[in-house]
Amino acid sequence: FHNLQELRHSASLANKVFIQRDYSEGTTCKFQTKFPSELESRIELTLFEETVKTLNNFYAEAEKIGGQSYLEGCLACATAYLIFLCMETRYEKQVLKKIAKYIQEQNEKIYAPRGLLITDPIERGMRVIEISIYEDRGSSGSSSGSSSVSGSTAR
Amino acid sequence: MSQIQHAVPDAPIRYTQICTRSSSCSSPQTSSSAAAAGTEPPSCTGHRGRTPRRKWQVFPGRNRFYCDGRVMMARQTGVFYLTLVLILLTSGLFFAFDCPYLASNLSPAIPAVGAVLFVFVMGMLFRASFSDPGVLPRATPDEAADLERQIDSTGCSKPPPRTREVLINGQTVKLKYCFTCKIFRPPRASHCSLCDNCVERFDHHCPWVGNCVGRRNYRFFYLFILSLSFLTIFIFAFVITHVQLISLEISSMFDSFTPRCTILEVVVCFFSVWSIVGLSGFHTYLISSNQTTNEDIKGTWSKKEGKDNYNPYSYGNVLTNCCAALCGPLPPSLIDRRGLIQADTPQTAHQSNGTGGGSYAPTQLHSHMVGGYHPGWLQHGGGTSCQFCCFHAAKISFVPLTFYIY
Repeated sequence: FHNLQELRHSASLANKVFIQRDYSEGTTCKFQTKFPSELESRIELTLFEETVKTLNNFYAEAEKIGGQSYLEGCLACATAYLIFLCMETRYEKQVLKKIAKYIQEQNEKIYAPRGLLITDPIERGMRVIEISIYEDRGSSGSSSGSSSVSGSTAR
Repeated sequence: MSQIQHAVPDAPIRYTQICTRSSSCSSPQTSSSAAAAGTEPPSCTGHRGRTPRRKWQVFPGRNRFYCDGRVMMARQTGVFYLTLVLILLTSGLFFAFDCPYLASNLSPAIPAVGAVLFVFVMGMLFRASFSDPGVLPRATPDEAADLERQIDSTGCSKPPPRTREVLINGQTVKLKYCFTCKIFRPPRASHCSLCDNCVERFDHHCPWVGNCVGRRNYRFFYLFILSLSFLTIFIFAFVITHVQLISLEISSMFDSFTPRCTILEVVVCFFSVWSIVGLSGFHTYLISSNQTTNEDIKGTWSKKEGKDNYNPYSYGNVLTNCCAALCGPLPPSLIDRRGLIQADTPQTAHQSNGTGGGSYAPTQLHSHMVGGYHPGWLQHGGGTSCQFCCFHAAKISFVPLTFYIY
């Protein structure tokens, strides 16, 4: 029923909620799973938590220090880091591509129908997950569409 | 964007000054303070408003960008050129005057190894100097407003505290609020007063490399000083060997031109060895204990602060710490320098504070000095630099003010 294009035309931005970083495990990228009060009427807690937890898992996997990252690091050092002219780092592949795809998917399937839009944290310097809340502009009251606010997925 | 258009008619003279001051006209403007942000001096680049603008052109920090945003350096790069000259000169003299003799009399492997070391050193130097150290982009106006609301809601009549406490691996860490960037700095981040940016895992600002050393370029910096130590020792050792071998053959060493160059190399290498090798040793210690120069100088994790004080970021194991620092994943740049500016991209809080081009500089000065808050002085450890460099915190503090006065 609702898609991203509809949101652009029929809804206006009402509010923005920012999910802050959780630094309890150090400097690794992790977002708080605390459910913001503004979203209580909009989306179920379980769906929200699942989104944030999946994102946290993606970031944790990207930053994991293990066999593959060592291999990449040593190979890169041996080639004086020239290898990165040809291929992108594992982190970039994970963070930029996988997460962008996941967020796009979540927006289309879950958030846009509820009048919400998630902005990829990389657009905000990995500080926050910005969730925009939209209200239907017209007189149709509770139903709302989705729109993309700041070219977030256009990288 | 309207702010940028206002800037042009208000201060045309300033643009001419910036154009002539920049090191070369082929490198577009320093995206520095005041009204220069976002507007191109017409005489320099010949571009007009029609070409799509890239984000580096409106970057609010005090950095220089070259090659259309691919290269990012600090504002003052004079010492970096000195580093380049020293390395190139010494290596050049070595390859020109010592290597022919050594290759023929000792082994051709000597120039080969020297060349490999030299290429590695230069590669690491360029990587450390030209890459984004891990700059945190400034908060968007919405974020900044949201944070202000959160801060104000907690306080009562007194100004609310602008710190947050976080428990990391059992250790309490204070997160400070950065007034310039309008964010709560992540742990281990610090605001560099020279570059006017918050940098993740800020180590220090290195004038020799012409850039901050932070999360994204620390390994390049470390490999640079390590390989430079090896190169310096290598050149030093073989130059001495050359001199010894020659002195056995000829009676007077000062007859030919070659020994004079050799003496110059010996002098440069001798003084470099102590400082570079010392610096490498110091950074090896820092890596093995997973500390930054900033933390070490301030004694953040020293036992003197308290018996229970320990470094919560250390993995406990020297090898793991080293591997994490050098072979860990390389995060992407957060500032997207070469991205095109979308019409509806949220401008950062810094830009949106200005009321117009002409009044921008005084506004910026005002916002920095008002209420006793001056990020350059009070809020951060941005005055830290290489221990072995000649810059001290006091000297660096004066630099930001001169930029504002200009």
